[in-house]
Amino acid sequence: MTNNNPNYNKLIVTLFAWAIGLLIFFPILWTILTSFKTEAEAIASPPLFLGFNWTLENYLEVHERSNYFLHFWNSVVISVGSTLLGLLIAIPAAWAMAFVPAKQTKNVLMWMLSTKMLPPVGVLIPIYLLFRDFGLLDTRVGLVIVLTLINLPIIVWMLYTYFKEIPGEILEAARMDGATLWSEVIYVLTPMAVPGIASTLLLNIILAWNEAFWTLNLTAAKAAPLTAFIASYSSPEGLFYAKLSAASTMAIAPILIMGWFSQKQLVRGLTFGAVK
Amino acid sequence: MGSITLANVTKSFGAVNVIPPLNLEINEGEFVVFVGPSGCGKSTLLRLIAGLEDVTSGTISIDGADATAVPPAKRGLAMVFQSYALYPHMSVRKNISFPLKMAGLDQAEIDKKVNGAAEVLNLSDYIDRRPGQLSGGQRQRVAIGRAIVREPEAFLFDEPLSNLDAALRVNMRLEITELHQNLKTTMIYVTHDQVEAMTMADKIVVLRAGFIEQVGSPLELYRSPANLFVAGFIGSPKMNFLTGAAAAKYDATTIGIRPEHVSLSDKEGDWKGVVGVAEHLGSDTFLYVKLEDGTQFTVRAEGEVSFEHGDTVYASAASADRIYRFDDKDIAL
Repeated sequence: MTNNNPNYNKLIVTLFAWAIGLLIFFPILWTILTSFKTEAEAIASPPLFLGFNWTLENYLEVHERSNYFLHFWNSVVISVGSTLLGLLIAIPAAWAMAFVPAKQTKNVLMWMLSTKMLPPVGVLIPIYLLFRDFGLLDTRVGLVIVLTLINLPIIVWMLYTYFKEIPGEILEAARMDGATLWSEVIYVLTPMAVPGIASTLLLNIILAWNEAFWTLNLTAAKAAPLTAFIASYSSPEGLFYAKLSAASTMAIAPILIMGWFSQKQLVRGLTFGAVK
Repeated sequence: MGSITLANVTKSFGAVNVIPPLNLEINEGEFVVFVGPSGCGKSTLLRLIAGLEDVTSGTISIDGADATAVPPAKRGLAMVFQSYALYPHMSVRKNISFPLKMAGLDQAEIDKKVNGAAEVLNLSDYIDRRPGQLSGGQRQRVAIGRAIVREPEAFLFDEPLSNLDAALRVNMRLEITELHQNLKTTMIYVTHDQVEAMTMADKIVVLRAGFIEQVGSPLELYRSPANLFVAGFIGSPKMNFLTGAAAAKYDATTIGIRPEHVSLSDKEGDWKGVVGVAEHLGSDTFLYVKLEDGTQFTVRAEGEVSFEHGDTVYASAASADRIYRFDDKDIAL
């Protein structure tokens, strides 16, 4: 055996990569498979991999029992709304930090990130009370606001690293060309940062789509997104693995499809700051 | 229109004082070159005039009006950057029309001016390309186009040719000089290249460590440098300097003599040395001579000269008035 054979090494690396890939993908695959089983088959021991009676019964029942499209629409409004609102606030903030840094800019960035280190449950009661007093409980507006605030530090950080890559001279050129601050941001900075802004947008839509703590705690029915829809099938009175799996599959399908079509942008987003 | 006055301008970055109090008058229509070694503050000075940096103290007036606190967009100046700083996401047409769009001109007028500028700068064939699809020289032209369409009070150039290759640099130098002759607009040009300074300027400002060492026309600086620094900086190849006994003979601490003002002989002369390297360019011959005391001495001889490596030669000044004398403070006598 020659370990130095490049083809042999390549084979090992490829097998290893596939093994890790499948390991990560397995829970999703298992969820999708389970969604097509009967409840009895879902808890069978030993577990059934492919040899079971494929059925769409769970999907029909889930569809009958809950209003999927209402939850889907809530998820879309909340994730897209909070991401767009976040970008609107973060673009000027990141511009200021990247191009007119002050002495404390680095510290402000760290402070913003530090808010992500606090367990959300620590501020649940004050936020719940505020929401109650302002009538925001179980409203989409309320969730858009809270998810914007939750993800804002990440949006600002990502945009900051992208903006840092844009040569300051180009913005200075715009200033010399008579551009006002707003024209500079709208006509020069934003178009140049489109790849970075797109990555940030996609990643934050996914984060907001999957956010389960606030969406579960601050909604009941009207504004409940898909996370709450899944949770409604893991009820304490009985375990319905197959129906739970069907609900989960329906909830992750849209974001999975979106993620698949925007892989390139996402990879850039996930490795942000890694390459200068 | 287009006169700029700097009065007691200073600039500090934190505790570092980059520009000490500085006074300078730039007249309407002049081509002024700021020249000096890197780090002398010439680019900072240009950025202060542009408004891209704020002055620490002092005032900058444009056409007699105080512009110290006026933002760059409102100063009516156009700038060409070293990196060209084109907008990469816009076509050449959009790049050139950007300042006009910002000024709020109507589309018909914008088109007319952009087409005119593109024609003057030979950019018509590339008008719909993006900067990434252009060569260095073409990008430079777009940057100039973007500057000229708005008919500014003055043009600011920040080392615009330093990213171009040698042949293109000579071409662009001529084009910019021609542009100045046609437009007759004030131009301020920053470079570290004294050849650019000598060939383009009406007035050269020699800077060192933020201080103005001398202001004058190219030939004034060449003929009567105010001090040792200017004498060494202006002229190519560099002026030769001699100290000690050779200088004492002329009642000076240091004497300087330009390579083109030296005559060589194989028999007799003031300074004896051995030829190190002889560069035969055809039109000229450059000889790098090592004098007896170890001083490196450059000689520029016209046409073909037969001296070779290892030859012993005697150098003298072509005439006594070609010798520059400096005192112990490096000031010209």
